[in-house]
Amino acid sequence: MTRQRMLIAFVLLVGALPLLPVPEFWITQANYIGLYTLVVIGLVLLTGVAGLTSFGQAAFVGLGAYTAAYLTLAHGVSPWLTVFAGLALTAVVALVLGWITLRMSGHYLPLATIAWGLSLYYLLGNIDALGKYDGLLGVPPIRFFGLALNTGRSFYALLWALVLLATLGATRLLDSRTGRALRAVKGGTTMAEAMGVDTLHVKITVFVLAALLASVSGWLFAHFQRTVNPSPFGLRMGIEYLFMAVLGGVGHVWGALVGAGVVRVLDDQLQVWLPRLMGASGNYEIIVFGIVLVLVLQFARDGIWAFVEARLPPVRRAVDWGGATPLTQRPKPARGDVVLEVDKVRKTFGGLIAVNDVSFEVRAGEIVGLIGPNGAGKSTTFNLVTGVLPASGGQVRLAGIRVDTLPSREIARRGVARTFQHVKMVPAMTVLENVALGAHLRGREGVLGALLHRDREEERRLLREADMQLRRIGMAEHMHELAGNLALGQQRLMEIARALSADPTLLLLDEPAAGLRHGEKLALGEVLRQLRGEGLSILLVEHDMDLVMDLTDRIVVMEFGTLLLEGTPQQVQASPAVRAAYLGTEH
Amino acid sequence: MDFSIAGILALDGITNGAIYALLALATVLVFAVTRVIFIPQGEFVAYGALTLAMLQQGLVPGTVWLLLALALLAALAEAVGELRRGVTVGKVAGAALRSLVAPALIALLAWWAAPLKPPLVLQALLTLALVAPLGPLIYRLAYARLADASVLVLLIVSVGVHFALTGLALVFFGAEGFRNPVFWDARFQHGAVSLTGQALIIFGVSIALMIALFLFFGHTLRGKALRATAVNRLGARLMGISATGAGRLSFGLAAFIGALSGLLIGATTTMFYDSGFLIGLKGFVAAIFGGLASYPAAALGAVFVGLLESVGSFWASAFKEVIVFTLILPVLLWRSFQHGHHDDEE
Repeated sequence: MTRQRMLIAFVLLVGALPLLPVPEFWITQANYIGLYTLVVIGLVLLTGVAGLTSFGQAAFVGLGAYTAAYLTLAHGVSPWLTVFAGLALTAVVALVLGWITLRMSGHYLPLATIAWGLSLYYLLGNIDALGKYDGLLGVPPIRFFGLALNTGRSFYALLWALVLLATLGATRLLDSRTGRALRAVKGGTTMAEAMGVDTLHVKITVFVLAALLASVSGWLFAHFQRTVNPSPFGLRMGIEYLFMAVLGGVGHVWGALVGAGVVRVLDDQLQVWLPRLMGASGNYEIIVFGIVLVLVLQFARDGIWAFVEARLPPVRRAVDWGGATPLTQRPKPARGDVVLEVDKVRKTFGGLIAVNDVSFEVRAGEIVGLIGPNGAGKSTTFNLVTGVLPASGGQVRLAGIRVDTLPSREIARRGVARTFQHVKMVPAMTVLENVALGAHLRGREGVLGALLHRDREEERRLLREADMQLRRIGMAEHMHELAGNLALGQQRLMEIARALSADPTLLLLDEPAAGLRHGEKLALGEVLRQLRGEGLSILLVEHDMDLVMDLTDRIVVMEFGTLLLEGTPQQVQASPAVRAAYLGTEH
Repeated sequence: MDFSIAGILALDGITNGAIYALLALATVLVFAVTRVIFIPQGEFVAYGALTLAMLQQGLVPGTVWLLLALALLAALAEAVGELRRGVTVGKVAGAALRSLVAPALIALLAWWAAPLKPPLVLQALLTLALVAPLGPLIYRLAYARLADASVLVLLIVSVGVHFALTGLALVFFGAEGFRNPVFWDARFQHGAVSLTGQALIIFGVSIALMIALFLFFGHTLRGKALRATAVNRLGARLMGISATGAGRLSFGLAAFIGALSGLLIGATTTMFYDSGFLIGLKGFVAAIFGGLASYPAAALGAVFVGLLESVGSFWASAFKEVIVFTLILPVLLWRSFQHGHHDDEE
């Protein structure tokens, strides 16, 4: 059975459940599972995909629930309007929290969400208009074309329609330009920024999306329970949502459903059995949850869904981009124009001068080698040119325009693409998707485009570009493999294809031949020559001297952060100073 | 607010602030050495206060069972690991038994001494002996396997440990609240402001502990090894400093500081099984003042949190928690502008 058939069978099962003679108890359970799943899908996007996390999702649920309850009870507003009020309020809170914390390291967001979860709990419990800790009672049911959804089964229909919609939306989002950017953020921001991704914007977006899903769940919750009070929106529930995500499998959208289902049923059983075992009543189930959470992280970090996934037939992306129109290319500078000027650029780390007033130029259609012994400052120079590190002095100009004050994604936008000395990629994405990430700036579609599938034509164009660059670099047969499974040399080639997908005018390659076999090196040299022939400029850091001497038009030699010599390969080979730098001098 | 009220509030705030400072120091210490954001720090406070409360009633506290169970599990986990590495059964069994000797002795002592109702100071010492070893054992069981995982994973583990410890506290100590007797019931009156002996003890112990930590980190080899691990874990390991050892030691210190804070605060406020969490989180808010990295900034932050809390409870007592925990936002904003974007590659 293919995955598609399984999916259809599952959707039919979900649709048929309330029509079958299932006891009311299980319909209620299914409703809670649906409510939780909505929240946990948001956590999967946030934690499993983007590598952030939040303990405050329950508070966002509370925000949605209280907005719905208060507006319907105190002002008689229709639930179909309160949901938008709740979403708006949630978006504002999430934006503020995200904007404050997401500029800093990843662990400040969860800490801030702990504080936010606690604050909201005590706030709700102390406001008179919201009924303090007793909450608000008698919330009316949602009416759907005059039909009151006041039974478990009728509510089930609305709820699960939304759950399936959210699942579809999350799946679509992950398979899109924004989805690739989201997954790129997880491993740190340097690579994503170098691909032109505004990582702060992406992080805030996913945090707000997760909060909005929680808010919708809260709106449904208020009209399902018909009463709200602060306790289901406290920190404890916030942690339980995260537990569901981790247990189900934080890296998969379907993990959300599995986690929510297992935890709900487990919770119910534990609340029956544990008090009997202990001989007293209390929240003993949290002991089990806590221990299971630690064990899952220690022994099965990918959660339950990973076991299911391993037994499902593998997905292979259908190649549907054959007929897509090619992406537009940026105008290329005329051969011989100065593309890059490095002007007395300097970088100090405390007292250490890593790059000491280095100046050189790269012209259109030439390959410039940047060589020097280890620790000479080559990679630091790369990082200065690409804006990964801010320069301590001097200037970097691209086509005459100063760029050393710009963030690296702006430099990428101006036509600079690079590879990294230590490969930076998204191991859990396919090679094709990793390479398509390089073309990020050549697409425009965002979250909404992905959810509505308005982005399909653009996606085909982006994937066509990635496919083409992979073919060019000789990696076409690895297209559908996971990038993390490639050998190191292949990963380096993939990085070059990714850089080429950006349609650069200047390509910076940091040790591209390291880990390549002899034949692969020759092929790489051929591709680089061809690129030069097309007018591309290449700055190359490389230790394979045969390759450097054979390929480059000019060579810049660095030693101890300073520029030692600049000249043709012949001049460099003849220089006693270069020989001394590499091999030392006789005394 | 007149001067005497201000005085009372300030004294109250600084007293609580001193305890938050201890917890903040423990939080910074654990994070620096192990990268664990130790949410359950506050649980040790509750365990400390409530273990003493049980001893006060002449009961054997549940902490004894927890200590024995964790020690047994840790010995087992250690033994399984050693056997897999090919160490002989005899050696493994010997090591496992040796690791159980100290916990067993402490448990026996507690069992024997509890019904005798020894003097308060001895009960306090027994409490420390019961709670402090929980730290290294929890590190061994929950974190050691994940020592190289991301900060995020370790944080989620912390939340799991917090859940388990809170639930177990309910089993051991019940839902009832306890207030312990003061260590020194003196009272020094100055106008409307009265300084209690307990407050003096809190100040004294806090300052003494800070000095002790300062000396430990500055002047002992183990302290310096911890600092080295905090600066660079790989480098420290290459110098022969065991990362696991450093982790255990820092968790031991954290548990000791937590239990001590529980003994101190247990006489000024009624403690429930879940009271520790909020107290620990206030230490946390304080630690964030120093970006989880600076001890002095964390201590100053703690005094500020204490003052804010006492003033907050005077002006709007229902909202005092809201005020304290909302404070984290301006602090984070201030830090994000001061230190800008810094990214940890993981």
